[in-house]
Amino acid sequence: MTTTAHDAVGPRRPQGTAARGRSRARAWSTRAPLLPALVFLILVTQLPFAATLVISLFEWNALYPDERAFTGFDNYDTVLGEASLRRAVFTTALLTATVVIVSLLLGLALALLLDRRFRGRGLVRTMTITPFLLVPVAAALMWKHLLFNPEYGLLNGMLAKFGDLFGFTAPQPDWISEMPLLAVEVSLIWQWTPFMMLILLAGLQSRPPELAEAARIDGAGDWQIFRYLTLPHLRRYLELGALLGSIYIVQNFDAVFTLTGGALDTANLPYVIYREFYQAQDYGVASAAGVLVVLGSIAIAVFALRVVSSLFREEGSRG
Amino acid sequence: MSLSSRRTRCALAVATAAGMLVTSCSGAGGSGSSDGDSINVLMVNNPQMTQLQQLTAEHFTEETGIEVNFTVLPENEVRDKISQDFANQSGQYDVATISNYETPIYAGNDWLHTLDDYLADDADYAVDDILEPIQTSLTGEDGSVYAQPFYGESSFLMYRTDVFEEHGLTMPDRPTWTEVADFAAQIDGAEADMKGICLRGLPGWGEVIAPLTTVVNTFGGTWFDADWEARLTDPEFVEAVQFYVELVREHGESGAAQAGYAECLNNMVQGNTAMWYDATAGAGSLEAEDSPVRGQIGYVAAPVEQTESSGWLYTWAWGVQKASDNADAAWEFISWASGTEYEELVGETLGWENVPAGKRSSTYDNPDYQQAAGAFYEVTRNAINEADPISPGVQERPAPGVQFVGIPEFADLGTRVSQEISGAIAGQQSVEDALAASQRLADEVAERYRG
Repeated sequence: MTTTAHDAVGPRRPQGTAARGRSRARAWSTRAPLLPALVFLILVTQLPFAATLVISLFEWNALYPDERAFTGFDNYDTVLGEASLRRAVFTTALLTATVVIVSLLLGLALALLLDRRFRGRGLVRTMTITPFLLVPVAAALMWKHLLFNPEYGLLNGMLAKFGDLFGFTAPQPDWISEMPLLAVEVSLIWQWTPFMMLILLAGLQSRPPELAEAARIDGAGDWQIFRYLTLPHLRRYLELGALLGSIYIVQNFDAVFTLTGGALDTANLPYVIYREFYQAQDYGVASAAGVLVVLGSIAIAVFALRVVSSLFREEGSRG
Repeated sequence: MSLSSRRTRCALAVATAAGMLVTSCSGAGGSGSSDGDSINVLMVNNPQMTQLQQLTAEHFTEETGIEVNFTVLPENEVRDKISQDFANQSGQYDVATISNYETPIYAGNDWLHTLDDYLADDADYAVDDILEPIQTSLTGEDGSVYAQPFYGESSFLMYRTDVFEEHGLTMPDRPTWTEVADFAAQIDGAEADMKGICLRGLPGWGEVIAPLTTVVNTFGGTWFDADWEARLTDPEFVEAVQFYVELVREHGESGAAQAGYAECLNNMVQGNTAMWYDATAGAGSLEAEDSPVRGQIGYVAAPVEQTESSGWLYTWAWGVQKASDNADAAWEFISWASGTEYEELVGETLGWENVPAGKRSSTYDNPDYQQAAGAFYEVTRNAINEADPISPGVQERPAPGVQFVGIPEFADLGTRVSQEISGAIAGQQSVEDALAASQRLADEVAERYRG
């Protein structure tokens, strides 16, 4: 296919102006219908970002309309210089890393189990995926009220029942107050494990079964097959899961806002942006923080795209 | 402000907002999107407001011909949307529900229509009937009135009369915090699953900070002194917060660091707590027809230590956006919604306990209302009348406000400090550490005012 195209428009083609004009016209006739969409895309994605960039260089607090002024990188200084904002950067990193790593490991375990054949596998798969389909804020509310609540929550209820059964008074921890960041992480891990499982399961099912059979005939054990065949095969999928998960969890707002309201050292960057924008009405600082998050996300996204494209290359070469 | 500059500002705001994945200012720069015979109203979704929405078409639009388009949102969202719309003067909404916190600040920024002329010309509205502390709290620094109340509230102590009687305890009409703490200790655990008291611990300037600041006031503390020095580490402030945190940790609800108004109301209705110090608006829900504790609640003034009274002052009020071209129609709506006729309409059609009270003294003289709200109406009226936003503590203040400090930065400052306090209630840090961190935040804010 490529060769034919090359022959047709290659260097041997006559270079006359008329022909060049024709080909340009043809190129435009394919491009032109796409132009409005392109312009629209640029308008709605790039202009707001450009505006955010500009605003991040201004002292701009909506509550002080008369004091707007260009201040250069002062807002970035504020974001990076303030202790609570630096802590938010750290919390964001810690939260993202913990959630991604734990949900990847759990997702891997689930994927390995669900890759086996058993009765009712379809039903189990559907049920396992459900947490990921829940609206994030609904999931956070469910964790806050139905599970973590120290008075009527399921966790303490089960502890109490367990205590009754074995004749001791079970402790009734106040989960969110005593382990706030862990509480946020657990709710997010619960939501993201199914996502990781989905990606890894897809990876497992793309693995040719003959390889494992051949290895088994050669005398390899389960662990060896997992270590030397499955895991290398899954590497790309693990990377993809980790990167996509990171991009989304860096931006998580619902869980932090709903479970702890940003208190107890759980405020992450998106929460800080929300607070600066809506409560302090400080558009400048909020924009600066937003730009920093976007830059961080872009850095992760670039890696993610590389992995995806290398996946496609691999698939292509295999096909 | 010229139309074009408004348009630019709004467009920029749209761009910012879109860039941050939030939507706002969708009326992009119009100079009031409604025509003469219709107004756009943005309001909070409290029960009294939704009742107003139901009654408007039949009882207001039919009489005046003015269409009212309502946008109704939960409290947090409505505050966000109002501040965005008013700050950019986009004019999408003619009228919005603002409180006595926002009114003077918005007035100072020239975002609101003054209502002085309307109040002077409209004899039917009976402006003298509005409770004085409420009216004062809606007045700008220039002495003009910028909003009119839909309903008003203060704070008081609610307690279970049956439980107190059973344990031989008598609640004084004006308890001190020391007495309340003693009661809490005696009653805590006296009944199965019953805690002594419920106090908010949920982060947020409108959550834990509101009751806590009234405690600070009456313990002799203040956020800022008259010279704009932050005073969060003064002994009185520390003592008050220590008292509050200890009381709620020892005899308060479990999960206190996550409990706000809604959680405490729930605890009280479910019979899980013997006392609750909070908004007077809570009484309506406790006395509702389907409430299991109806008729078992006593209401007394907010507990005090060093001051005469300590109840807060809050009102949901109607403000007209400066950019609105429909100020006359807006006033017609406001004067109807906040007028005595409307209260009667609600009383007769929906029941007198549902009347948006706390703003007019005539409401409290109405025998029908007195009967329906017999358990709490007098304490509520006294609490509102005794609230003094100019001098709620023992020392001079640089800005008005009982349960808040009336400066634009307080929404952010209060939220940040609330997070520190919440950490102390959760046992993550000491009160001293929480307040030392808070003092630094408050000091940064005060610096601007010290000049």
